[in-house]
Amino acid sequence: MPGRADALGAVHPRASIRQRLVWTLAGFGMLAVAACLLAPLVGSTRIHLGTVFDRSIPYADNIDAQIFFVARLPRVLGAALVGSALAMSGVVFQALLRNPLASPDTLGVSAGASLGAMMAITFNLDFSLLGVSAVPLASFAGSIGALTIVYALSTARRRGTSAMVLLLGGVTLQALLSAVIAFVQYLADFTQTFRNVRWLIGTVLAPMAIGWAGFATLPRVLDLVSVGSESAAARGVNVERTERIALVSASLTTGAAVSLAGPVSFVGIIVPHLVRLIVGADHRLVLPASALFGGAFLIGCDLVARTIIAPLELPVGIVTAIIGGPVFLWLLFRTA
Amino acid sequence: MLKATDLSFSFARRGASGPRVIDGVSLDVERGTVVGLLGPNGSGKTTLLRILAGVLPPRSGRVLIDGHPIEQLTRRELARRIAVVPQETHSTFDFSVIDMVLMGRYPHLGPFELEGAADQEIARDSLAATGTAALETRRFGTLSGGEKQRVVIAGALAQASDILLLDEPTTALDLGYQLEITALLRRLNTERGATMIVSTHDLNLAAALCERIVLLRQGRVIAHGTTKETLTAETIRALYDVDADVQFHPLAGHLTVVPIARPR
Repeated sequence: MPGRADALGAVHPRASIRQRLVWTLAGFGMLAVAACLLAPLVGSTRIHLGTVFDRSIPYADNIDAQIFFVARLPRVLGAALVGSALAMSGVVFQALLRNPLASPDTLGVSAGASLGAMMAITFNLDFSLLGVSAVPLASFAGSIGALTIVYALSTARRRGTSAMVLLLGGVTLQALLSAVIAFVQYLADFTQTFRNVRWLIGTVLAPMAIGWAGFATLPRVLDLVSVGSESAAARGVNVERTERIALVSASLTTGAAVSLAGPVSFVGIIVPHLVRLIVGADHRLVLPASALFGGAFLIGCDLVARTIIAPLELPVGIVTAIIGGPVFLWLLFRTA
Repeated sequence: MLKATDLSFSFARRGASGPRVIDGVSLDVERGTVVGLLGPNGSGKTTLLRILAGVLPPRSGRVLIDGHPIEQLTRRELARRIAVVPQETHSTFDFSVIDMVLMGRYPHLGPFELEGAADQEIARDSLAATGTAALETRRFGTLSGGEKQRVVIAGALAQASDILLLDEPTTALDLGYQLEITALLRRLNTERGATMIVSTHDLNLAAALCERIVLLRQGRVIAHGTTKETLTAETIRALYDVDADVQFHPLAGHLTVVPIARPR
């Protein structure tokens, strides 16, 4: 059906990359800023944005501003950080492994990070390295360990490693690690888990920032690598260095995200896909747009998590899975 | 323009002894010529192309481009001199045709530099040169095999290199597209003076396209020279263990090879 392929395949002539970049950043940036400003307004006490930013009321008397900035904004910003970290890691894994189903969850990297964080909490590890405390450190160790296993699997035979092997390996690893996590949970009383860690944004800022700096060098080379590592090399890309930067950055940010929020599934897979539907395939648009949209998306999910059964709170991972699962299935049907 | 001397390569660990995939290969490719690289499966054609492209460092020997050893060039400098067309290209993501061609501009841009109007123009020229200008806004994934290969060649042209290395460019294509790509490559050579090294299993493509051929067996060059003198029944038997009839075909205007039988 060449005619049909024509109709489906045709896209409108587009503006230059510079213009598309400006529009993408403006659009998704506005969405992210709106989420950061509006989400803190929702909660047990009603507050008004106008009052929050009313400079005529001294801050000490401005209850709305105090609730906004002290009680709610840190958590919203934490959710934004976690959402963008997971979404960007997803983008990077998908491009590097040339597999649209790769993500921190499907590769077992999130589960590795969770296991690390759980061990640190359960065994009450208390040390720090360069200002980063035990839980995030253990979490990075877990994410890097899981990634090493999966990556070794993907490069064991240089040619012909099927997407199937990689994903089955990742899913298996994920199931295995989840079982170990359940086992550790069974041994230890675990009610305190991530709640304690949630407010430790400060301790993961440094690794998060390193990961982001790594991501910032990647967008164009991801375009070339996603078409083929050999052809990327022939075009002047340092493929090995790209892989190292990408994998280290993705494990750092995934580890940081998991140590803040616990395992949060599906963000790394559905956010990049939805973003690509809007901005196309170019990673110079996909990566920043996923960071902004991932942040806004998780702010939204976290809002649902803390309001739907208030005063109790759901773990945000349950919300992302309930929203993400069906969206992911829809994406599968759409591409199949 | 491209000169390789005494190249050797082995996949065995350095220091360990192992079968040599490339064994003492020397090549001299002059500007504006099309050189065919022929040999059975596993003869080292692809490995040799990867070494020439600078993607794989040889165990011994060296490759010079315009007198510069390739290991002294940066990756980008090298990519501005040599472009590679792989056998097949799949894109995981939905890039448009013009996106795919613009990626060829990578070695000409700074790390964070975006393509400008000049790059767009080069990309459009490359599409025009490969007869794919009408496909510019199509999704790469929706193209036919022959269209994809022409677009990939356009990307290699946009790279504005002096030399094109093509690894079995027609193997994945049906007969019609094979002829189309052959004609395109010949036109690029005559009209643009493109220098090419083409590995192929298709002896008739080699006869139609290549001025010179290099015959590779078990990593060694067993014969090389002009296609007219080197593509003979004897060399084909030595290369593939196949008896073949080689005749000049007046309609095609070049030698044609008809394989007859495998001698027992």
